[in-house]
Amino acid sequence: MLSSLLFLLLFGIAVYFFTKKIKEVNRNINLGRDVDLNDYQSKRWKTMAMVALGQSKMGTRPVAAFFHVLIYVGFIIINIEVLEIIIDGILGTHRILSFMGSFYNFLIGSFEILAVGVLAACFVFLSRRNIVKLKRFWMREMTSWPRSDANIILVVEILLMSAFLIMNATDHQLQLNGSQHYSNANGIIGSFPISSFLLPFISGISTDGLILLERSCWWFHIIGILAFLNYVPYSKHFHILLAFPNTYYSNLKPKGEFTNMQSVTNEVKLMLDPSSVPPPIEPNASPRRFGAKDVQDLTWKQLMDSYSCTECGRCTSVCPANITGKLLSPRKIMMDTRDRLEEVGKNIDKNGASNDDGKTLLNDYITPEELWACTSCNACVQACPVNIDPLSIIIDMRRYLVMEQSSAPAELNGMFTKIENNGAPWQFSPADRLNWAKEEN
Amino acid sequence: MADFKIHTMAEMAAAGEHPDVLFWVGCAGSFDDRSKKVTKAVAKILFHTGVKFAVLGTEESCTGDPAKRSGNEFLFQMQAMNNIAILNGYNITKIVTACPHCFNTIKNEYPELGGHYEVIHHSQLLQSLIDSGKLKVEGGDYKGKKITFHDPCYLGRGNQEYEAPRSVIQKLDIELNEMKRSRANGLCCGAGGGQMFKEPEKGNKDINIERTEEALSLNPDVIAVGCPFCMTMMTDGVKNFNKESSVKVKDIAEMIAEAIDF
Repeated sequence: MLSSLLFLLLFGIAVYFFTKKIKEVNRNINLGRDVDLNDYQSKRWKTMAMVALGQSKMGTRPVAAFFHVLIYVGFIIINIEVLEIIIDGILGTHRILSFMGSFYNFLIGSFEILAVGVLAACFVFLSRRNIVKLKRFWMREMTSWPRSDANIILVVEILLMSAFLIMNATDHQLQLNGSQHYSNANGIIGSFPISSFLLPFISGISTDGLILLERSCWWFHIIGILAFLNYVPYSKHFHILLAFPNTYYSNLKPKGEFTNMQSVTNEVKLMLDPSSVPPPIEPNASPRRFGAKDVQDLTWKQLMDSYSCTECGRCTSVCPANITGKLLSPRKIMMDTRDRLEEVGKNIDKNGASNDDGKTLLNDYITPEELWACTSCNACVQACPVNIDPLSIIIDMRRYLVMEQSSAPAELNGMFTKIENNGAPWQFSPADRLNWAKEEN
Repeated sequence: MADFKIHTMAEMAAAGEHPDVLFWVGCAGSFDDRSKKVTKAVAKILFHTGVKFAVLGTEESCTGDPAKRSGNEFLFQMQAMNNIAILNGYNITKIVTACPHCFNTIKNEYPELGGHYEVIHHSQLLQSLIDSGKLKVEGGDYKGKKITFHDPCYLGRGNQEYEAPRSVIQKLDIELNEMKRSRANGLCCGAGGGQMFKEPEKGNKDINIERTEEALSLNPDVIAVGCPFCMTMMTDGVKNFNKESSVKVKDIAEMIAEAIDF
């Protein structure tokens, strides 16, 4: 009874803090500019099913894809067991779902096999990060926190899975011992294909010792999961939740198509046709920047992208600029956007929405040198397993540099002038456009 | 181009005629000496396959792509709206271009600004001409030659067209060798996003060198391209390795035009 109350209390606290953080993240994402992405719903569901649920973009790297699927499937399916753990915790029952009979045994057995898969994958991933030291996990933006974040996640998953297996083993042993609360008149509940290998190590332990061990693992597992739940929104691991909405709201247009800025269209129409009527100005609208200087100038989708990033670095590892030693890293663009957004959110919580902390995404986080290294080739967008679009942020920030600050590199300003003067990015007379037709081969 | 005349839209309109397709030549195709050869190859194929086509000539102007991708949305939209006014004035419905940047911009970014056309890349036109039997291609000098195709970003990843250029050059009975980074994983030549017009940012290598190295590792006779910017970057890359005598950089249209005897 006491433990049921304690469990409920912990569960309540965990849900409270998780909800609070999710509300904060939602508020932060909605600091972005509005963009309507509610069209083509069936296509969106399909994209989400393929890319998030079906992991369709992971396969380009088969090793990572294989072990990732082990963790992914294990994580999702083993969480069915968490449901039982929660109900048992509240009601003080023992394996309440066992009324399902042989199907229950099949489930428990499957969970154990999946748990081994998760364990194996976590060890492989830890070694890729810390022993093999794959290049993309040790790049410039992978400072100590991003590296620790990844390791914390993997170690916690290993501990959770170990606790799960030890819990099953002790539970099994207690059932074998015929202990009260655990044993059942109909024989052994559950199937333990993996944890039964642990029986020889624990068979000598007294019933009280076994109960203590079983309870400890039970509490560790459930507290671990609740704590992990609250860790996720602060971590790169947030992708396990945000991959779904983020792929749902994917860009469905061809990757080569960039947005046409409506605010510019209005201006250009006025310039070309002075008789055209400008759209009415909304009474309380504040003047908006052209392009993006800070996170509020980005769309909510671009901000959601930043929270969805799990820092895998596939984008950066295929970026032609990064490969050839330039400062640009698409992953860093996403990490910077998230860090700055969190900073803006904290400042709002502390000093109110109108407070300016004197910092901006541009310059304080992302430098013009990074932005000007991009070839707009879309390799990063193609590579992202959850359809994040770093390129759109780069272009929006270039727009700010060019249209608000007139600070494009001199050669690009020259190119602009040539297009304005003679309709080509090079210095040629428009009158010579058809010369090729008159020349010999 | 002594053997046939290129008609401008102005001439056609004056004669009360309308072309099947407008050939959008693009700035590189109009002014860059190397790209002009590609332009002539495309025109030659169009003429000899009986496609009724015209060019805008002096009425053509930059699509605005390099401005847009460098962040100058004002200049882009100015260019776009002026071009759209001209294209709509001539009631243009179908456009072919040998430049993936022009192709992408007119196809994807002009409609919202009032320009609605069917836009195809010249690789797609060549494929449809071959498919319809109007263009018959046999190996010629390219038969058995080792060729690798470098995907233009704005044709491939940008618009999901990976097959047309490959299927066209494969008609030449060539040996097509793929680079490790090809199709959706293709590596950029380094010229997109305005880079064509500026020095690269500080780094340890130029992107076109990285890409050319990859292409040369296959020991090709020809590096095939489908974009004037890629043409410049890959040609410079080959020169950097002093391989210009043994490895040619060719646009797919040039290869087709050379292989057919009109």
